[in-house]
Amino acid sequence: MPPQIPTDFEQQLVEQRSYLMRFACLQLRNDAWAEDAVSETILAALAKPQAFGARSQLKTWLVGILKHKIIDSMRQRQREVTLDSGSDDDSADPLEHMAFKADGHFAEKPTDWGNPEQDLKSHQFMAIMDACTQKLPAVQGRLFLMREWLEMSSEEICKELGLTSTNLYVQLHRARLRLRECLELNWFAAR
Amino acid sequence: MNALMRKLPLMRTCKEVTALVIAREDRELPLAEQLALRMHMAICKACPTFERQVMTMRNAMKQWRNYGADDE
Repeated sequence: MPPQIPTDFEQQLVEQRSYLMRFACLQLRNDAWAEDAVSETILAALAKPQAFGARSQLKTWLVGILKHKIIDSMRQRQREVTLDSGSDDDSADPLEHMAFKADGHFAEKPTDWGNPEQDLKSHQFMAIMDACTQKLPAVQGRLFLMREWLEMSSEEICKELGLTSTNLYVQLHRARLRLRECLELNWFAAR
Repeated sequence: MNALMRKLPLMRTCKEVTALVIAREDRELPLAEQLALRMHMAICKACPTFERQVMTMRNAMKQWRNYGADDE
């Protein structure tokens, strides 16, 4: 006997598609890979509707499945995922762009961002976060989101992708500093 | 780094401390670095501001991670 599927279950899944696509595109930085991961997620959900209990919201459950599909996708494309596109941009240390004196001290004090608790929840801020992440070089963006979005430890990421920890830390260091710079320019200084 | 800095093993420049504050988001720092970081923070006016920026980013990332997930 096939499991009983609620009549609107399929419809509900399709409604979540755009949210899942945003998530997958930002993480995978490749629309075709993202399409595949999201399709696989919806198919997996359709195949096992009984796994969706009342214990979680539909979206949360789907994101849980999608995370696994994304990790699978990156594992399969290990080399492509971690290969720098080779643009000059990728190899620069953003720390060198910050205002330091020759002796290593700040030439200019970093700006006080205040305590923007409420602002950080705003729709506008989320759009800036999306845009700043998208602007990261692809490899940096993927690794950064594995840390922050898939909430994987540095050790797990290295293991999944066959990276050395030194390599990973360099990429994450650059990604974080670039993101900081982007937020400063487009959010904190712009207000 | 100037000569005085080199004589004191726990002294760090702002630039080095900035790198440590960023690194701490992804790995545990060795104890000596943790201590050097604290000592620098105690005497520097600029680096604590940078550290607060990183904390704000951490908070922002948390909001962002959950964004759209609970708006049903």
